Order: sequence, then C-alpha cells, then structure tokens
Amino acid sequence: MHELSVTEQLLNLTLEHARQAKAERVLKINLVLGDLSSFEGESIQFCFDILSRGTEAEKAFLSISRKPARVRCQKCKDEFSPRETNWACPRCGGFIEEVVSGREFYVESIEIE
Amino acid sequence: MKKVEVITSILNANDLIAQENQGLLRNHHVLGVNLMASPGAGKTSLILQTAKALASHLRIGVIEGDVASCLDADRVASVDIPVIQINTGGECHLDALTVQKAIKALPLPELDILFIENVGNLICPVEFQLGEKIRVVIASVPEGDDKPYKYPGMFTAVDVVILNKMDLTPYVDFNLDAMRQGVRTLNQRAKMFELSCRTGEGIAAWTEWLESQLRAEKK
Repeated sequence: MHELSVTEQLLNLTLEHARQAKAERVLKINLVLGDLSSFEGESIQFCFDILSRGTEAEKAFLSISRKPARVRCQKCKDEFSPRETNWACPRCGGFIEEVVSGREFYVESIEIE
Repeated sequence: MKKVEVITSILNANDLIAQENQGLLRNHHVLGVNLMASPGAGKTSLILQTAKALASHLRIGVIEGDVASCLDADRVASVDIPVIQINTGGECHLDALTVQKAIKALPLPELDILFIENVGNLICPVEFQLGEKIRVVIASVPEGDDKPYKYPGMFTAVDVVILNKMDLTPYVDFNLDAMRQGVRTLNQRAKMFELSCRTGEGIAAWTEWLESQLRAEKK
C-alpha cells in the first residue's frame, strides 16, 4: 500500500517548511491532486492523521484541490478534458499532443500559526 | 494564521534521487529501461527474449522488483545476466531509492542496457521516476483491448507500448484495431511493438529499435 510512504513524504515536506517558518502548529495543508494521478485523497488524510501525531502538523486538515485531466490536440491545438473513451479531439477528431494537466500531486501551501 | 507557499511535488524527494540515478547511468553510458505491466503480461519473458537476441554483442543487466520471492531474478541469472532482486515486502511499485541501492550493486562499467523490471501493477509504478531513459508498458492480448482507456495514467506517460502474446489472438476476444486506436489516441508519440515472447514473432523490430536508442545514448 503506497499511500503510507507517500504520506510520509508529504509530512516531511510539510514539517520542513513549517520549521523554516518557525511554526508552532500547522493548521491546514493545501494539496493539488490531478485526476490522472493514482493517489487517493481520503487514504492520504487517514495515513496523515496517524503519521503526524506528536508533530507540529498533528490534526492539520488536508484541503485537496482536484485538477481535471486536460489534453491538447496535436492538429488544432484545442485543449479539452477527455471522458471515458472520448480522448479524440471533439473539435477536429485529432490525436493528443500532450497531457497538459491532471498529473499534479504537490503541496501548494501550508497554513501555520 | 500565516500562509506559507510551498509549491513542491510530494514526490520531490523521489524525483531528486531519480535524477541522481539518471546521472549514474548516463555517466556510464548505460541505457535505463523501466518495464511496467500487469502481473504475467511478460516483463521477465521480454527481458529473456531481448537478452537472447542481443547478448552476443551487448551487455545487459537487470534489476528485478517483486513484492516477494527471487523467482524472476533466478530466471534471469540462469542465463548469466547480472541481476539484483529487490523485494518490496508489500510496496506496489519500485522507487528511486531502492533502485539506487541496486544500481550501485551492479557493474555499471560493464553494462550497455539496464532493464528495471517493475512490480506487476498498471497503476502505481508510473508515478515514480526511477532514473530510466525509456518507459515501457507491456500489455498482453488476453488482458483485453480496452486497457489504454482504463489505465490512462500509464498509457499516456510511456515511451513504448509492447503488445505481447500476439500468438493468442486466434483464441481470445481481442480487437487489435481497437487496441492500436486506443494507444494512438492516448499517446500517439509512443512506439508500439506487437510481438510474442513465446514464438519470437516481432522481437527483432523491438530489439533493433532498442539498439538504435542505445547508439543515441552512447553519443
């Protein structure tokens, strides 16, 4: 199960920035999670609640902002959000040039006191 | 209350180590290939078939990733390929740190290609950079032709899609056009190879392409 090791990374990153800012407590962690990412928000919160005990980030709330998958058409350069098996460009039927967003998994900011 | 900007990937620590791995391989002109697939699709078989085709003139090394057992490493070692087995003990993917330990245990100056056989899993491995140059997903005919749409995270990210077990197409419901269309729609820059590790069909096209990538790496 990998949410545990990934949550450890999240906690380390949070504490690093919190300590740099001389925080006493971390109140909230603003996460960005893309729809193409395989990580699961609730599992991370669950693991985080356990791992953060005894640290400045104990009881911090994970606020997860989701980014939908967006891709760019190679032919007409239009950007769209693919659904189910509809990954061909809705405007011209072209193939994808690249995935523009949807793979995100980062900490945007933390709120401390 | 104070807001502190972070804007850092949660996998940053892994990515930094992956960059170190990339550096280690580059310095020794070793082509790193990350092989990802469901369990049983043919990762180890592909390594063995590739080695059979190339071992006369190229030096191959392997890192095997499994939750448990040395079965795959034993198969590879039996044909005299240097191999390190990683047992993750439950982790469903390889990460850069465990791979770095294995890389450092291999004779890099004596290798041309390093295959990293990831844990059998179509979901998690793609999230973790290991330091590889080429990312491969191996799909297989019995798994069905809808896998690209069902695992877009994987299929959009790879450089190569290998379709293995082509010899089984007469025996299962598998629409080859649908599979090709799915791969092309999600990732038209990916090279696709249709082959059979069992019969040897299509292996030459794959190994020739791999050699061309190695030549580019050696420059």
